[in-house]
Amino acid sequence: MEPQLSIDPVSDVEQLLSYPFMVNALEAGTIVAVMAAVVGWLMVVRRQSFAGHTLSLMSFPGAAAAALVGVPLAYGYYSFCVVAALVIATGAGLSLGRNRARESAATGTVQAGALALGFVFLSLYGGVLESLETLLFGSFLGITPGQVLTLLGVAMAVLIGLAVVGRPLLLASVDEVVARARGVRVGALSVAFLVVLGLAVAATAQITGALLVFALLIAPAASAQQLTARIGVGLALSIGLALVVTWVGLGLSYFTNWPVGFLITTLAFLQYAAASAARAFAGRRSRTGRQIGGPSGPTAATGASAGEPLAQSVGGS
Amino acid sequence: MSVGGAPTYAVEMTDAAVRLGSREVWSGVDFQVRAGELVAILGPNGAGKSTLLNVLLGLLPAARGRVSVLGGPAGSHNERIGYLPQRRVFDAATRVRGVDLVRMGLDGDRWGLPLPALGRWRAGARRARERVQEAIAQVGAQEYAKRPIGECSGGEQQRLLIAQALVRRPQMLLLDEPLDGLDIPNQVAVTALVQRICRAEGVAVLLVAHDVNPLLPYLDRILYLAKGRAVTGAPEQVITAETLSALYSTPIEVLRTADGRMVVVGHPDAHAVHGTHHELA
Repeated sequence: MEPQLSIDPVSDVEQLLSYPFMVNALEAGTIVAVMAAVVGWLMVVRRQSFAGHTLSLMSFPGAAAAALVGVPLAYGYYSFCVVAALVIATGAGLSLGRNRARESAATGTVQAGALALGFVFLSLYGGVLESLETLLFGSFLGITPGQVLTLLGVAMAVLIGLAVVGRPLLLASVDEVVARARGVRVGALSVAFLVVLGLAVAATAQITGALLVFALLIAPAASAQQLTARIGVGLALSIGLALVVTWVGLGLSYFTNWPVGFLITTLAFLQYAAASAARAFAGRRSRTGRQIGGPSGPTAATGASAGEPLAQSVGGS
Repeated sequence: MSVGGAPTYAVEMTDAAVRLGSREVWSGVDFQVRAGELVAILGPNGAGKSTLLNVLLGLLPAARGRVSVLGGPAGSHNERIGYLPQRRVFDAATRVRGVDLVRMGLDGDRWGLPLPALGRWRAGARRARERVQEAIAQVGAQEYAKRPIGECSGGEQQRLLIAQALVRRPQMLLLDEPLDGLDIPNQVAVTALVQRICRAEGVAVLLVAHDVNPLLPYLDRILYLAKGRAVTGAPEQVITAETLSALYSTPIEVLRTADGRMVVVGHPDAHAVHGTHHELA
């Protein structure tokens, strides 16, 4: 029976849920969305989106290598993503403190290597093009209950791990110097987070494909950060937005037969555009309010601009 | 205020030396700070002032000598120390609120979820919230604490960071160039605030500064680092031509202006130390 979108959304959802493969897909999508939202939020705070994108690309050679060797694809995904995470962490230089430039360079190099490796493995495998498309762009057909359970296990491990180190990780992400002074193991936490990112990416890529996992990782989190600077609200919003995007994307993909990855990515992008627009609009309104009568910082009192030499020497500095 | 028995010093350094790489930055430093004292650490660029703070925090080991902080070895009681590192500026895109940053100063290093909202009905959480609000009020940052810190000006960010250092009611404050980059009204306000906390709460305060003048009325003692050696004493003992000439091993003059400001001339680096960059150009 050809899936038909009807006017009644309830019956549409019932139709969706009547197929076990759709139920599996929705379960997997939900787990993946929650995990990607939380990890992605931290990734955006830590400005490690480039690393996130590179790790998501690692799923391509990972899956290709697994196909070549003949083991289940999941092994390839997880192992390659985690190894790449460790390589990036090492390349960034841990004991010296996070050096963004070195991290970028290391990440870029890993990314180039990843794509090259992927193509090598694929050509060695004998290159079946449809599987390449699935690898890169995702498919939700044929997710088994076993895969859902594995995903659940990985997600629980990731979320519980993040819950335990959440506070020191956030402090180290926002304020590295003070974190060190307080005895927080900044280097170890950096490595741990990249590994967590690798795991989350490997899990997500199995739904959305290697090229498009990034959308689920970054867009809901970035949208949430546009809308609020609060921590708890931001995390909750990130999760909510990710779930919406995933469910609607899966549902639409079922009815329209368009690829899941494409739909989720487009919805995520629209979500981010809307959030940015909302913030810009709100910003314009509050800026006017502040100029009129609000306090605007220390210089308002003296009328001198900060750092002006004349004002400084008069005061006796 | 004595800490756990006999020691009454917040900081006690005996013949301490520190090495960065192969270079010995300073040596033979004998230095004590009592609770409730306001001490300025002065010296030219590269003298090792920030290094001294790192040694007191236990982040850098002393190559020689003994360093005792709050009654124990350096680094053992860091939770009782409020630390303001040098000149952190959060870029405009940082989406963390000032109040959350201060809250992180309270318990950001403990394991667990960074969600203060959870368990908000528990007494401990309420106390924590109140303490954060108190610290913010102490530095006068109530108006902009709820804004993302990237949107605050330099002076506002600095006040929030001081609140972060204060929120745990530390026994000692280590402030690395807290007045750097602030305009005059803010410098005055921050200095007055620090002195208030020092006197009222008996907190030992070590302040690294480039210019002694805004601090002069409030200082108890100065530790002057230059040329790998240190001189400590009251301001009128340390900022003198004789003392500084002996320290720098080159003739130094200390001039007093009509309004009581001190200007040090004679050493190339000293120009940048006392008086503004613009004055002595």
